[in-house]
Amino acid sequence: MKSVRQALLGVVLLGAAATVHAQNEQFIPMNGYWVGPYAPGGSGIFGGFIDYVNMINAREGGVNGVKLTYEKCETEYNNARGVECYERQKKKGPTGATMVHPLSTGITYSLIEKAAADKIPVVSIGYGRTDASDGRVFPYIFPLITNYWSQNTAKIKFIGAKEGGMDKLKGKKIVNIYHESAYGKETIPVLDAQAAKYGFTVTHIPVPHPGNEQGAQWLQVRQIKPDWVILRGWGVMNPVALKAAARAGFPREKIVGVWWSGAEEDTIPAGAAAKGYIAAGFNVAGTNFPVIAEIKKYIYAKGRGEMEDQTRIGSIYYNRGVVHGIVTVEAIRKAQEKYGKKALTGEQIRWGLENLSISDANLKALGAAGFMQPLKVSCLDHEGGGAVKFQQWDGNKWVVLTDWITPDRELVRPMIEQSAAAYAKEKNITPRDCSKES
Amino acid sequence: MSFFFEVLIGGLLSGVMYSLVALGFVLIYKASGVFNFAQGAMVFLAALTFVGLREMGIDFWIAFVITLGVMVVLGLLTERIVLRPLVNQPQITLFMATIGLTFVIEGVAQLVWDSQPHNLDLGIQDVPLPWISDSTGMNISTFDITAAGIAAVLVTSLALFFSRTRIGRALRAVADDHQAALAVGIPLQHIWGIVWAVAGFVALVAGMLWGARNGVQFSLTFLALKALPVLILGGFESVPGAIVGGLIIGAAEKLAEVYIGPMVGGGIEGWFPYVLALLFLLVRPEGLFGEKHIDRV
Amino acid sequence: MLYREAGQFKTSYAADQQVFPIRQDRIGVAAALVVAFLVVPLVANQYWLSAILTPFLIFALATIGLNILTGYAGQLSLGTAAFMAVGAFAAYNFVLRVPDMPILLAFALAGVSAALIGIVFGLPSLRIKGFYLAVATLAAQFFVVWALTHFPWFSNYSTSGVISAQKMEILGFAFDTPVRKYLLALSIVAVLAIAAKNMVRSSVGRAWMAVRDMDVAAAVIGIRPLPTKLLAFAISSFYCGVAGALYAFAYLGTVEPEGFNLDLSFRILFMVIIGGVGSILGSFLGAAFIVLLPIFLNTMAPLLEHRLGLQLPAGLTSNLELIVFGSLIIFFLAVEPHGLARLWQIGKEKLRLWPFPH
Repeated sequence: MKSVRQALLGVVLLGAAATVHAQNEQFIPMNGYWVGPYAPGGSGIFGGFIDYVNMINAREGGVNGVKLTYEKCETEYNNARGVECYERQKKKGPTGATMVHPLSTGITYSLIEKAAADKIPVVSIGYGRTDASDGRVFPYIFPLITNYWSQNTAKIKFIGAKEGGMDKLKGKKIVNIYHESAYGKETIPVLDAQAAKYGFTVTHIPVPHPGNEQGAQWLQVRQIKPDWVILRGWGVMNPVALKAAARAGFPREKIVGVWWSGAEEDTIPAGAAAKGYIAAGFNVAGTNFPVIAEIKKYIYAKGRGEMEDQTRIGSIYYNRGVVHGIVTVEAIRKAQEKYGKKALTGEQIRWGLENLSISDANLKALGAAGFMQPLKVSCLDHEGGGAVKFQQWDGNKWVVLTDWITPDRELVRPMIEQSAAAYAKEKNITPRDCSKES
Repeated sequence: MSFFFEVLIGGLLSGVMYSLVALGFVLIYKASGVFNFAQGAMVFLAALTFVGLREMGIDFWIAFVITLGVMVVLGLLTERIVLRPLVNQPQITLFMATIGLTFVIEGVAQLVWDSQPHNLDLGIQDVPLPWISDSTGMNISTFDITAAGIAAVLVTSLALFFSRTRIGRALRAVADDHQAALAVGIPLQHIWGIVWAVAGFVALVAGMLWGARNGVQFSLTFLALKALPVLILGGFESVPGAIVGGLIIGAAEKLAEVYIGPMVGGGIEGWFPYVLALLFLLVRPEGLFGEKHIDRV
Repeated sequence: MLYREAGQFKTSYAADQQVFPIRQDRIGVAAALVVAFLVVPLVANQYWLSAILTPFLIFALATIGLNILTGYAGQLSLGTAAFMAVGAFAAYNFVLRVPDMPILLAFALAGVSAALIGIVFGLPSLRIKGFYLAVATLAAQFFVVWALTHFPWFSNYSTSGVISAQKMEILGFAFDTPVRKYLLALSIVAVLAIAAKNMVRSSVGRAWMAVRDMDVAAAVIGIRPLPTKLLAFAISSFYCGVAGALYAFAYLGTVEPEGFNLDLSFRILFMVIIGGVGSILGSFLGAAFIVLLPIFLNTMAPLLEHRLGLQLPAGLTSNLELIVFGSLIIFFLAVEPHGLARLWQIGKEKLRLWPFPH
């Protein structure tokens, strides 16, 4: 009993020690996942993110002298744990959480109302709720850079270009193999809309979670004999799909994946079967960027750093984490322009996110030219970019095939506004008038 | 028609792969009455250890032997640390303990080898056999055929082990009646240790084949869920049941997905095997080859 | 001294058969309710209310549900999460589609819907027992989640399949803050827990236990196995369904079918086993343990990092958490296979003699 009491006392003391914060600190929760089936994504992205944040601290002493602090919380990609992590961390630091990156579509959904009530921005880069791109209805949600619907229209554009023009899509057959989940189903309506617009047929084939076994699905593909297959997978589903495609004799050059299907972790386990496979991406792989060199110089050269396996630096997921870092830091910088160089609240950071603008020149200065696309966020548009690059796996690495391909805004934007308006009606939200925002 | 046969054969071959995982469950349940949920995690650990050693540049057979050693040690430790303190507890307690064990194994495996996925190349091509696809237009994978062959060898050798060796006979005695086996001088705990070690070996074979098929990654632990309907169909205590059950489940789920799936929107593979097994149980509650228990008041 | 039944004479059958026959237990339960209703909302901060106490209550309710089935009626089920999913989606659809639906009625109907599904999947229990039944209940687990994902009607044609719970209002009073949500959950859980406690000592509960202990013998003394087992499935699923509705409405706010996965079922089964099979109090203890343990382990890691000033490798803490969680489960099962409720009983025995142990 005595030892238990001592242990408890120790915990209390530790807690007291940890809550002492310097005032000039900006706290960022790092709610990710380092175990389980999706750990490669979680550990890679948060690895890059944390390394970037530490590099900014080491190089510049934080953002304009405001040190960035963070704390990790394991969500296991589970909604309930994600909400608990959010609740635990939202009041940490002198001004509370800066912004939350849930890194899970499900957790993002769970935080939408809570975060709006707590005035903490939720940033979901390349996942989350697509119609939250309409900032009038979702002031605190930022599905930055690109969302699933934009990405899908870019994908069809890419396929059209490969076929020799959008008019050539008429009569073509496309199969959409998707992970049977909220994430997987999200693109069905936009694909159907595009099929009607361009005259191709689309067949949706679901793969039950986790996707260990896809023999039946690919036999169906073989029977349909499509011209292209769109792969919308996550985790193990991706390499198994590529293997099953090889087994069914379907050419991998005709499979186009979403960005959550296009990392090294998705192709390496498939071995030779992955060669030729194409995937969209809103960031590129490689270490040949000044920003990565800086991270190596300030972090890894000092014997620190998140990645135990340093060969993962420069991988798709790691670089995506660096993109998370850049966006986070630049939003804080932007907010400081208005509210002063001190620790800011979530509400103030929200302004920074909404007025975030990263031009090509900014990217060059950040050492990230060509690494990610320029961004221009506004009250109306919480996406800010929307373009993707297509990359092909050559058996060893991802090779960039195209420049930034922009989405079909005329198709996507009305769908987003319609969906957001339906949400606003359901929840009795009066959309903001963007002309009155400053 | 050839498409039907392609689906059927593909399903049967996948079923063999399920049987491989189910076999591990059966061995342990038969000998010690433990429904070992950790079998999936053991498959994961075995595959991860093997591929990790291979990537360190260790020769195939040396890596195999080392991994086998790891699995045997794990089996013995499990028997010693987890099961022995729980002797005579209700089955559900033992079952929950093996779920606890699942967490431990998953944590240790990822701690030692990281959670990155790996490619495992056993040197078997996973492409359609050319002569079959040329003559009939059906795609039958070389890998699946080889895996089925390995599974056949494994089951045969296990059957021989059980029927022809001293340990095997002791194992069967223990399975029949623990107390009687103890009474005639069979060292129960040694036997349990051996069974867990053999289950570790089966996990290694299953892990290597599944790892080569899908890549070695965390989701290998979910294979347990593919094996469970096989178990209820074939009976928890029957080695041939695991094989036959696997074949039935594999073929039925593929045929259902291809032919019934499109009518309801697809994706029925996740639950169809369970419902099939459930319906089967309503007719024959002890499974295909399970032992019939008669309750007495 | 304090906990002694001596001198409490029962002079009527009613007094002898009440839910809590010992006076100290009655006082204890009343005190716990007073603390939970009056003191906790005053002292607990928002984090505790919304991230720990509310989910604890909801999980406790689901655990009571599973305990009725597994602990009292002896039918092992791995489909708890599916019944919770039915409850969550049913409540959502009742509120959505029936104008002016009172929220409490919607919760009750959600429970009834789950109960109906529970009866369907309980039908095999007449012929199947033990692990065969457990694995068969997985059919419910996978089928329900599939159906909810697959038929867009259930999620009101939302593209992602995620539903967002409506606002909760009772007679114009909105339950929108963490404190109010907590109080709503607490009221429902308290009522249902006392109802469960009452039920298990009634003829229904005794019939369940008879079937659990030996179903052939129970049949011989005139208990019909099928209705008894199906009733257990129905009531258990009702509890799980209400818990699922609360999970969506009072806790997460938005849910997707995949959130109700096998992990959640296992988690609730853990709560039953760790808390104590066949114990209502144990359900609360088990839920508290399983809810708090991962959070505690997860909070410890950064504190240790701060304290020791070292940077642990990224995955290390998460993996250690997994290992410690698994080990503690095994440890608990080995040390006290009858669960935390048994420890409480032992404590009670000791209390009876205290302070004079001889």
